[in-house]
Amino acid sequence: MTMNVRTQQRIAVGFLFFCTVLVVLPVLVVLSIITYKGFPALSFDFIFGMPESGMNAGGIFPALLGTIYLVTGAILFAVPLGVMSAVYLVEYSRDNAVSRLVKLAIVNLAGVPSVVYGLFGLGIFVVFLGFGVSILSGSLTLGIMILPVIITASREALESVPQSFRTVSLSLGASRWQTIRHAVLPHALPGILTGTILGLGRAAGETAPILFTVAAFYLPTLPESVFDQTMALPYHLYVISTQVPGVREDFRFGTALVLLLLVLILNLTAIVLRYRFRKKKRW
Amino acid sequence: MTVRKLREWCIERVIFMSGITSIVIVVLIFLFLLKEGLAVLGHVGIFQFLFGGNWYPISDPPQFGAFPLIIGSVLVTLGAAAISVPIGVASALYIAEIAPKRTKEILKAGIELLAAIPSVVIGFIGMVTLGPAIKSVFGLSTGLTALTGSITLAFMAMPTIVSIAEDAITAVPRQYREAAAAMGATTWQTTWRIVAYAARPGMLAAVMLGIGRVIGETMAVMMVTGNAAQIPHSILQPVRTLTATIAAEMGETVQGGDHYAALFAIGIVLFVITFAINGVAELYLHRTTKR
Repeated sequence: MTMNVRTQQRIAVGFLFFCTVLVVLPVLVVLSIITYKGFPALSFDFIFGMPESGMNAGGIFPALLGTIYLVTGAILFAVPLGVMSAVYLVEYSRDNAVSRLVKLAIVNLAGVPSVVYGLFGLGIFVVFLGFGVSILSGSLTLGIMILPVIITASREALESVPQSFRTVSLSLGASRWQTIRHAVLPHALPGILTGTILGLGRAAGETAPILFTVAAFYLPTLPESVFDQTMALPYHLYVISTQVPGVREDFRFGTALVLLLLVLILNLTAIVLRYRFRKKKRW
Repeated sequence: MTVRKLREWCIERVIFMSGITSIVIVVLIFLFLLKEGLAVLGHVGIFQFLFGGNWYPISDPPQFGAFPLIIGSVLVTLGAAAISVPIGVASALYIAEIAPKRTKEILKAGIELLAAIPSVVIGFIGMVTLGPAIKSVFGLSTGLTALTGSITLAFMAMPTIVSIAEDAITAVPRQYREAAAAMGATTWQTTWRIVAYAARPGMLAAVMLGIGRVIGETMAVMMVTGNAAQIPHSILQPVRTLTATIAAEMGETVQGGDHYAALFAIGIVLFVITFAINGVAELYLHRTTKR
């Protein structure tokens, strides 16, 4: 105890602050490098054009469209299933072995490496169910991957609805499902929406689960059905930055910028939505 | 009344079925990994697979010794943990205990955005900025090394570590802080000796989940570690992790062949590792909430 406690306090707090800066700084660095180098590439033709001459000209439209298809498919699959799963956990299940096992399963699903989801998708959808390397297989794989995100967000949303809402509805003679449908779910909707948007962002940026289930290196035409392959934005970035030598630098940064913008806008929307919802809550 | 009861019963069944989907999926993942991957373990032998030093999947005859890949994953993960654990815990302490409310909100949003950046984008940035930097600092022939991977992954583990550790710290009862303050302790003394001490189980869980994230990370690590399936002699050499091997080689395999099965067997190894890490972390997480 030779050091003055005040000096000690100042040094320690300074150190903690420095560490926090180290954690947050990369966000700004990554954003500014990609924006600075990628912005010049952005143009109408870049976003809405087909790739030409070995991806050194034209645009990224098929990859962007492919990602939109995949993400839509994933959400269509994961949201109904995830919300109902959360309804089960919050509204129906008691604290028994089954519900504890479900919760453990959700925790573990959230921790499964994304490339293992890719293997699973390949094994079950592409090979076993015979969907082939297709938008359907890729969407389902991504959907399963984001299921824990949707379930967790929906659970929190349902749990934040006061118990009295249910009691009142039940006492008025409504059935259990009527109560959930009319007195609980509407109030949980903003929270569920936030979770859905976060899931969208996660699905849009993932590469490993789509590597073997849907993603195509290059396709001259746009996909026409759910059984077609498609290009996808994150995979396209991987391809032009590691697999194809000599792609123009601004194209690589431009692709990264579009992907980053897509994901960050989704996440910011979710953050703002959650913030406003919390402020507005009346109970 | 009976119609209504029937309807309720049907809805309840449907919801129950959706409820247990998560269990079904975990079981299915494991079964499908086993189904596709077990065959090769039969050919090669599980010991030879885990500890064999040669991964030459396309030579004739092929050799499937995953040891270099396991070492690659372990090396990169340990490096990432060494960087991200102290920094992550320190910044969790700052955010939870010291930062004013407004700063706290902004920092938390920033960390959430860091978590949101797709791994392929982080890998790309690591490749074009960190790689060349490490190459010139250490005078190497390539900047894509285990160290590059560790630094990149450290940042990807940060959001997990910080946010979960922060939750654990915030969950420490306020009386602890008040009692410490009443005895004349400074904020730092309270934070370090009382709060951090009480939040230890939750912080351990945070570290484990962060490590789980690092082991499973695929794209970024594949882009920055140089992809050499050999046992490295230093952290400044290229390595190849378990995840990167699956992602890089699956495209070249013949479906149902030995190489294909070997990659699924690596998947089994990854699944078991992450399952164990998450299970143990979950135990520690519960310990904090009970206090």
